[in-house]
Amino acid sequence: MPVANIQVSETPLVLYTLRRADDALILGHRLSEWCGHAPMLEEDMALSNIALDLIGQARELYSYAAKVEGKDNDEDKLAYLRDVRQYRNLLLVEQPNGDFAQTLVRQFFYSAFADLYWRAMMTSRDATLAAIAAKSEKESAYHLRHASEWLIRLGDGTDESHARAQAAIDHLWAFTGEMFDVDEGERALINAGIAIDPGLLRGRWLQTISDVVSEATLVLPQNNWMQQGGRTGRHSEHLGHLLSELQSMQRTFPGLTW
Amino acid sequence: MVSVLERDSELRTRAWAAAASVVDPEIPVLTIADLGVLREVVLDGDQVEVKITPTYSGCPAMNIIALEIELALERAGFRHPKVRTVLSPAWTTDWMSEDGRQKLRAYGIAPPQASSSRRALFGAQAVACPQCGSENTELLSEFGSTSCKALWRCKSCREPFDYFKCH
Repeated sequence: MPVANIQVSETPLVLYTLRRADDALILGHRLSEWCGHAPMLEEDMALSNIALDLIGQARELYSYAAKVEGKDNDEDKLAYLRDVRQYRNLLLVEQPNGDFAQTLVRQFFYSAFADLYWRAMMTSRDATLAAIAAKSEKESAYHLRHASEWLIRLGDGTDESHARAQAAIDHLWAFTGEMFDVDEGERALINAGIAIDPGLLRGRWLQTISDVVSEATLVLPQNNWMQQGGRTGRHSEHLGHLLSELQSMQRTFPGLTW
Repeated sequence: MVSVLERDSELRTRAWAAAASVVDPEIPVLTIADLGVLREVVLDGDQVEVKITPTYSGCPAMNIIALEIELALERAGFRHPKVRTVLSPAWTTDWMSEDGRQKLRAYGIAPPQASSSRRALFGAQAVACPQCGSENTELLSEFGSTSCKALWRCKSCREPFDYFKCH
């Protein structure tokens, strides 16, 4: 018998927290797909370690979302018993791993943002979010360094690695705009000092990535048309496939525990 | 007759000592007190609550550490001890004790450096080899066998070694 999806009462703070939790879980899951497949042992460990950090962040955020919601939900139900349209993550993080360059560029765009975002969130008036931010910003800084060093190595490497890194940047660029979007509910949280305005980080984010991309002898696309949808549950086809794997155990054996 | 205050103080000392005896399952030479993971022991009557803070958000050792603390306290005579995870202030390697740093080095792991260089995107670091002491070393991988370690190699003695990352 199929397991019913849970319902979540998405007040602005619950929705806000779920969005960040979903970003971290989906990107963490994507990276975990590299476990045992990375181009070298060191990278296998690196990508798995970053996945672990992100899934740890997701657990804290889900637990908090469940607490704020105050119903029967918990971190596991939020992760395992919501369907595609209930997920609120950025389209960027659900994009497939592709080749190593595509994985690294996806990580680079996200970590450069997360590093700035979580550092700014440390001033949140919400004590739990500020505490999660303080942990996450340290981890993000490390993730950014890892991705930046690789991007430079790939861009400034062989013709093949250069071409693949450039193709990855061109392909993923349209998914970066969504990171800076804010809806009405989130605007209210920003005005209340609970969330911060990501739009204010765009200049510094662009500066960080431009510096690295230029050192990597690569270029950023001039086209600034941006794709949207993840924050309101309109996803690319890739997320459904990812969730079918992520959720298969709980959907097949409801309530299964170790 | 022992006053209530003295009794509480003695109990708290005993509870702290029990909790502080728990070691990191991945680095068994370090106790959670050496690491700075053990933050506080709170006593309410006979009820003990231990506060710990995770090193990294996804550190898988935290669950087993919490379980070990409960067992250690039960063994020390405390009934139904509680372990609570606190995130703020965020753990930093600056909290590692000097004793802990020396134990790490003796165990073959280079201890973390001062945190001032953490923000540098491509900071040059000189990490001394824990085996021979040489500073002629190189980074092999930013990520090592656990979240808290990076993999380095000594160019003098040719031995690879773990470096406990500055965090």
